[in-house]
Amino acid sequence: MRLKLGRALPLTLAVCLAAAPLRAEVESKDPIKLTLHDWTGHFITTKIMGGVLQAMGYNVEYVQADYLAQFAGLEPGDLHVAMEIWETTGADALEASLATGKTIDLGETGLFAKEEWWYPAYMKERCPGLPDWRALRECAEVFATPETAPKGRYLGGAVTWGGYDEERVEALDLPFEVVHAGTDAALFAELDSAYQRKAPWIGWVYAPHWSQTKYEGEWVEFPTYEPACYTDPAWGVNPDAAYDCGKPFGWIKKVGWAGGAEKWPCAYQAIRAFRIDNATMGGLIAQVDLEGKSVEEVVQGWLDANQDVWQAWTKCG
Amino acid sequence: MRELAPARPLGGPAVPLAPLLWAGAVLALVAPPLLLGDKHWAISWPKPWIVPLKAWITAFMTWLRDDLSFGLFTFQEATRFLSWLLGQPLALAGALLADGFTRGSGSDAVLLWPPLPWLAVAGLPVLAALWAGDRRLALLVAVCFAYLALFGQWASAMTTLASIAVAVPIGVAVGLLIGIAAFRRPWLERVLTPLLDLMQTVPIFAYLVPILWFFGFSPVAAMIGTIVFAMPAMIRNTLLALRRVPVETVEFGRMAGCTRRQLLWKVQVPSAAPGLMLGVNQVIMLSLNMVIIASMIGAGGLGFDVLRALRRLDLGAGLEAAVAITLLAIALDRLSQAVAARGPGERSGPGWLLIAAALVAAAWLVGPVAPAVQRWPDAWTLTTGTAVNEAMIWLNLHAFDTVEAAKGWLLVNVMVPLKRLLVGLPWLGVVAALALAGWRLGGWRLAATAAGLTLFIVVTGQWEYAMVTVYLCGLGVLLAGLFGMPVGIWASRSEPVHRVVQAVIDTLQTLPSFAYLIPAVMLFRVGDVAALMAIVAYAVVPVIRYTDHGIRHVEATVVEAARAMGCTRGQILRKVQLPLALPEILLGVNQTIMFALAMVVITALVGTRDLGQEVYIALSKADVGRGLVAGFCVACLAMIADRLIAAGSERLKARLGLA
Repeated sequence: MRLKLGRALPLTLAVCLAAAPLRAEVESKDPIKLTLHDWTGHFITTKIMGGVLQAMGYNVEYVQADYLAQFAGLEPGDLHVAMEIWETTGADALEASLATGKTIDLGETGLFAKEEWWYPAYMKERCPGLPDWRALRECAEVFATPETAPKGRYLGGAVTWGGYDEERVEALDLPFEVVHAGTDAALFAELDSAYQRKAPWIGWVYAPHWSQTKYEGEWVEFPTYEPACYTDPAWGVNPDAAYDCGKPFGWIKKVGWAGGAEKWPCAYQAIRAFRIDNATMGGLIAQVDLEGKSVEEVVQGWLDANQDVWQAWTKCG
Repeated sequence: MRELAPARPLGGPAVPLAPLLWAGAVLALVAPPLLLGDKHWAISWPKPWIVPLKAWITAFMTWLRDDLSFGLFTFQEATRFLSWLLGQPLALAGALLADGFTRGSGSDAVLLWPPLPWLAVAGLPVLAALWAGDRRLALLVAVCFAYLALFGQWASAMTTLASIAVAVPIGVAVGLLIGIAAFRRPWLERVLTPLLDLMQTVPIFAYLVPILWFFGFSPVAAMIGTIVFAMPAMIRNTLLALRRVPVETVEFGRMAGCTRRQLLWKVQVPSAAPGLMLGVNQVIMLSLNMVIIASMIGAGGLGFDVLRALRRLDLGAGLEAAVAITLLAIALDRLSQAVAARGPGERSGPGWLLIAAALVAAAWLVGPVAPAVQRWPDAWTLTTGTAVNEAMIWLNLHAFDTVEAAKGWLLVNVMVPLKRLLVGLPWLGVVAALALAGWRLGGWRLAATAAGLTLFIVVTGQWEYAMVTVYLCGLGVLLAGLFGMPVGIWASRSEPVHRVVQAVIDTLQTLPSFAYLIPAVMLFRVGDVAALMAIVAYAVVPVIRYTDHGIRHVEATVVEAARAMGCTRGQILRKVQLPLALPEILLGVNQTIMFALAMVVITALVGTRDLGQEVYIALSKADVGRGLVAGFCVACLAMIADRLIAAGSERLKARLGLA
């Protein structure tokens, strides 16, 4: 019903024709509802999965939904599958939702979120010790703004993203003030503005994300994360405080409505099997956001070129 | 001018006491933190005393969802049935305008008949404009729809229009019925008033999760949220309009032997039509305000396009979609105003209907064979491309340093001290001061209301967030007033200025704030200043509108008399027009406060740490209670401001002999 004419149809047809021999009887022809969020990477993972499910003969529907509000739709089964829950930004909501027993964890996507303090490449001239984190102690003032001077200003993610940056600043004795951006869009708007002016900027950047292809820059190298760093104060350079290290890589997981496992067991099997890696994903995102191709075109290209990869996911037995 | 208000509260102190009282109040506010330190219980409410309202609300909502049953069906089944029912017209509108009629659903859907071709969808409003207004209106409507087609916004705009086309009639019809019921039964009105305040001021993010639980994750839930937010305007306008029907008209109807029902539907409602249409306008505008939030919960359409474009910092695409929302609002608003101004029963021949029907039939039949009639060809679309982004880059390179300097001054000299002062105020002192203000303005009842609402914020542990909200919104209102009043006065004195200003404020009111929040971040960085700018941009609308309107509607005879007495233009403005327009201007200030508070959740998106952020965090943790408590606190702030200003305005009117 919520079908974008002229956009979804050609894709559907193409997938169905290409994979006609694969089409078989499926458990239920009720549409499997996949959520779509407002970032490109998510469009791509979701439409790849949707394309594969359609090739298997399932009926697929895409629903535009807010990343956090979607759990209220997944639990009663109004929505069925969400392809990307990030450990950093969604772990709390995911945990709360799984605890209700109404949603199930469908495993990792193979994508990992790299999240760390990041600065544009031109900052290296103004603070030569980078990327080593100790350099931040020396040149905090380079990153200062009138409100934070003499401390440096670090733009963190939304409060809800967690990340322990206040603790990190404290534990590593960095003369920085942590400011929270509120949203992803605000965070990158500020980076974009600073980058245009070649102005000092340091903040929370993550990958896979188009910023990695658009801007030249580097991650700060903190002491490598180990679980002990977050739990044991004795660990690391500061013997009295935890969080004296960098951030862990975060998983990106798929999650589904629990009832779906009985309704469409083979589809859920395929969703569990879905795997893709950061490099592939980064390339696909860049094709859309920087080269201006349509998501459908890019997804179709990937599906055509990687038949054997995704056909392995569809085995059910 | 009469000196004393006849409605002076019983037992209110004589005037000379007042300065003493106020001095005492100021002392009570500022002294305790200095004497007692900021940990004392009278300064900041101790944690163990916080009433666990959040937990109670969460438990209650979960009980509603999981356990409440009426025997044959559960509460959730009842709400889901309602959702299904409301989903029917929505599905029909969606099929007509956006998706076409299909068999089956999802990717298996088979298209049976396409949606209304663009030619028909654009043609109908233009015809309506010709019928109800004149050629200029028709041209305006045509330009708006041409924009949607030309800039490739058509498909999304139709999805948005479909949900508006259902939400507005439902909001209007239900609002009208509730308004009539409340008009007839004063007790119902008393019950409704606070409820309407809550519906308009609790941010929708606060009750998003329960709506999704009960009504499902679908465009219907988004529509219900829209109706909850927009309907109060219809109820209020219905009440107001019915009350303004002249007694003589009603008496005449009675003498003619009307029954109660006839009197209502044949006399009172038709006579109230212009006021009712004002309500319809408001419902349209407010519904379009919700487009962005509705798109977050499955409504899709233009709102989703705005979000997605800004997420990849494509300012041009974001602006194009945002302007589409504004133009849709303006077209629908002007059209409904024209219909209202026409009045019932004028010049309505079957000819117009016939032309419209012919247009639809022809386009719909030709559509499937003539693709250019059915769908606006992609080759004919335009885009601003990178122009907007480039303009922003230019502005960023050339203006940033100036802006930064001004911003630094504002922060250091105004914002930071004000924030410290407000956050440091003792709750006990604030409760007392607000109670005193309430008592002076409206007697003990108002005093109890103001104190009670403030105490709610205190005992639920939201004091500090609330004070940050007061700081941001208060400053926003102040700046909006300082800027808006002169503009409003200017607009009231010159017709060309009035026209330009009107267009600008209509745009500001309907342009999704997210579309200018992101450019604001680029110039002002993340932080309170960007948030403040966004608040001012939105809250300045009612100040200008009401100031302009108030001065224009001062009785011409009074102005004439002043002129005859030899007043200069400046004297007329200062001594006659402004004082007489003051109640109206105060109403504008009241609306400004409401608009500013409505921005609280939006500003949380640039990282403010206020009630809006609480609501936003609660949404991310799916914590129903936490979100609702913070939402109620926003409503409390709104109600305190509203009640005090309303009482002050009443007193002023009495003093000026207007009431």
